[in-house]
Parts: sequence; structure tokens; C-alpha cells
Amino acid sequence: MEQVPIVKIGQTLFVSIQIDLQDDTVVRLQEDLADELSRTGASGVIIDITAVEIVDSFIGRMLTMIGSISRLFDAETVIVGMRPAVAITLTELGLSLSGVRTALNAEKGLEILNGKS
Amino acid sequence: MDELPIQSGDDVVRVRQQVRTAAAENGLSLVDQTKLVTAASELARNTLVHGGGGRARIEVVKSANGRAGVKLHFADEGPGIADIGLALTDGWTSGNGLGLGLSGARRLVDEFELDSKPGTGTTVMVVKWSR
Amino acid sequence: MDVGGTGTRMADYLRDQREKVVSRWSELVVAGVRGRTSLDEVRREVGDLYTLIIRVLSDADDHAAGELRAVLDELSRARARNGFTPSETALGMFSLKEAVYELVADTTDMVPEFLTFSRMIDDLGLRTFEAYSAAREQIISDQATTMLELSTPVVRLWEGIIAVPLVGTLDSARTQLVMEKLLDELVATGADHAVIDITGVSTVDTEVAQHLLKTVSAARLLGAECTISGIRPQVAQTIVSLGIEFGDIATKATLADALALALRQAGLKVVPA
Repeated sequence: MEQVPIVKIGQTLFVSIQIDLQDDTVVRLQEDLADELSRTGASGVIIDITAVEIVDSFIGRMLTMIGSISRLFDAETVIVGMRPAVAITLTELGLSLSGVRTALNAEKGLEILNGKS
Repeated sequence: MDELPIQSGDDVVRVRQQVRTAAAENGLSLVDQTKLVTAASELARNTLVHGGGGRARIEVVKSANGRAGVKLHFADEGPGIADIGLALTDGWTSGNGLGLGLSGARRLVDEFELDSKPGTGTTVMVVKWSR
Repeated sequence: MDVGGTGTRMADYLRDQREKVVSRWSELVVAGVRGRTSLDEVRREVGDLYTLIIRVLSDADDHAAGELRAVLDELSRARARNGFTPSETALGMFSLKEAVYELVADTTDMVPEFLTFSRMIDDLGLRTFEAYSAAREQIISDQATTMLELSTPVVRLWEGIIAVPLVGTLDSARTQLVMEKLLDELVATGADHAVIDITGVSTVDTEVAQHLLKTVSAARLLGAECTISGIRPQVAQTIVSLGIEFGDIATKATLADALALALRQAGLKVVPA
């Protein structure tokens, strides 16, 4: 099982997903993020899914859960770089990922995180 | 026609990749490829998690007016689905809180057939056509 | 096509009379298409068909029926693409019946054979009609796709603000295209605001509203905020009476109002020069 690296820059945790996501990888990411948020007190999480070609209902739900977990640590999550084809498919699946913010790229994601404080 | 085992998370990823290849090679648009692979992901996961493991088959088909399409076949010998109508309702979830994703998968494809009986397992067949 | 003894006898008869029948058949076909195909070309086409028909009638091999169907289908598709009418296409088959009938009309001993033959030709004639229809539908569908592509522009209103003026109907096929173009443009321009103008949408019912909501939902996943503009008074009344809820999506009467809102949200102000 692969592990997705989490990088801390300033008050933000950056996650860039570059691999084909297996279920346990996503679950592991969720656990790791919870650990890091608790350990560092970061106030924001940016998850970059520019390289992700498939987001199905399981992964979609996990992303929403990550948003909820972050909020418990008083941190906001922004999902960035969703591909048009993925967005259209998620919409068709009826998933709106409410509870997480979204942005076109990491730069805009940071603007959102900085704007909130 | 390829037959692939579904016994682990790695297998699910492999199924996704093979479906992606088949879809791309047969003229499906990028969005349609994504929809088909996402549906395959849902169904493969069901086969693994709820069916106790099974197999998938990928087939290239041709419609009556000559268009190419990709047909997927998922089968398992798991516990089966007691109430198919309910399972196909949007938002239905099984006992452990994770939705079966069947209704979602159905919306992403052009043709969808589900056969399941408690005790004899489940088979799902889907087709997505190129435009 | 299981035709039995009568089939074999008919096959023999057709083999003997080949020259006469093929000539007459070709004549009838050329007359039917009013000279749009040359006699030589027709003779070639019908010659091949004739051979296949004899093979099927005599039940000589397993492949004949399949081959005949394939050749007929291709011929029908070609006719469809070249603008022949369905009748002209089906006539190709029915005139064979005519040609043979002219020869056997005076004899009484070929009746059962001719009946079997006639039934077979009827089936083939219907088949050419089916193949023709399918080909025409494909052509129409391709044209519709092209029209769809041409009528869905996405324009840049301002830095970070794009607009999609929708004209005509908004069905699910159109919605798919709108979503794709809108999202691709959002990525290309880095825009964070999209205005979907429905002034030109003829009917706004529950289905259209759902399509609009889907489009907004997809754009939001890319971080863009959306405004729906072009709500005409009658449309507003219809929406309310149908109980459609646009929730937290901003709606405006005109594209201008929507632009003003988007500029405000972007922190911009328009001042006199």
C-alpha cells in the first residue's frame, strides 16, 4: 500500500495525489492527516488532485470526511485541480462534495485559506 | 475479451486501468472514458467488498449501426442482494454505512443489467457506447 | 432461410435463366433510380447479389445467408448516404421479383417455387429498408452533434468572468456539451466566475432546471461561482409555480446585472473615466 506524503508549509498542510488511488491508501491518508493536524495545529489543508483521473463515490466520500475531520481541528480543507471530466462524473453521481471548498489550483486554494483568517 | 480477477485493492486498480485502455482504444470521449472507469471502479469495489471477491470481463462490442462500445461484466459468488429495487435507489447504503454505488454506476453508463439472488451471488453487466 | 426443395429447384431455374433475369433486373433498377446509376454499375451490383441469392436458395453453404445480408446492408447504407429515397433502395430488391415473374407468369409448374422465392425477396426488401433507415438516422445524429457544437460558445466577459449564452433547448445532450465547454474554459482562463445566460432558452421546466443545477454543481467543483441570468418574467412565474428551487445560486434578470454582481464579488468597481 502506498502512502501519500503530507508536506507542511507555514500553516498549511499540502497533499498532492499522484497515484492511482486504492481504497486503503485513501483511508491511510485520512488517518495521517488527522495525525498531522493534531500534531502541528495547521489551520489549512490543500489536497491537489490535478493528477487524479478517477474519483468514485468511495473516494468522494473520503474527501468529504477529510473535510469534516479537519474542521474538528479548526482547519479548512480545499480540494484543488479537479479535472473537468472528473467534475462532470461526480456531478452525475450526485456527489457535490459539500463541506469542502474547491479551487482551480493550489495558488487559488491558498487565497481561500488566507482569506478566511 | 479479457478476464481479470478481483481479489484485492490492487486488482481493482488494474481493472480501472484496463477499462481505461479499452475505452480509449474504442473511441470513447474523455468524459465518457472517465464515466465508464468510475462505474467500473464502483462495481469492482462491490465485487470485492460485498461479493467477497470475484472477476471482471472486458469486451469490445459493436452496435447495430456500426458504433464501437465497451461492455463490462462483473461476477461474484457472494451473499447476493436481497432487495434489488432498494439497492438501486439513490442513496441506499448497506449495513456498514458504505453505499453500494450501484445507482451511481447505472447513471454513468448506457446499458445496465443486474442479476442477483441471495445465496447465489451477483452479476452486473454494463455497456458504454462511443458517440 | 430454410427453403427446402422448392428453394433448390428455384436456384436451378435462376441459374439457367441468369442472363435474361439479370438483364431485365438491371433495366428495372436503372429505370427506378432515374438514371442516377449507370447500367454497367447496376449490372455489377445485381450480378453479385444474384449469385448470393442462388447460393442461399440452394442452401449450398452456411455462409451465403450472412454474406448476402452484409452485402445488402452495405448497399443500402451507400444508397442512404448518396441521397436515394427509401423506395428507390427497396426497389432494388423488389424488381428482381418483377423480373422473375415476367418469365414464370405463363408457366403453372413454378408456383410453389415462386412463392418461396417471393417470400425471401420480400424479407430482403424489408431488410434494405431497415438498413437504409439506420444509416439515415446516423447521418441526422452526426449533423445534430455538429450543430450542437457550433451553437455553444463560451465567452470571456472580463478577467476571471466567463459567460455561456444558451439558446434554444437545453436537453441532456446539450447539457453535457455545455458542462464540458464551460469547465474546459474555466481551466483555460482560470476564471472564478461563470454566468449562465438563459434568455434564449425557450422553455424552462423542471428538467431544464435540473440540467442548470447540474452545470452549476460541476462548475463549483472547479471552484467557480455561478450566476444564472436571463430570467424572463414568464419564466420566473413558471419556475415558482413548478416549485423549482435554485437554492444558493444567484439569479439575475439580465446578463448585465450578472456581470455587475460578478464584478462586485471580485472586488472591482466601475467608475467614470
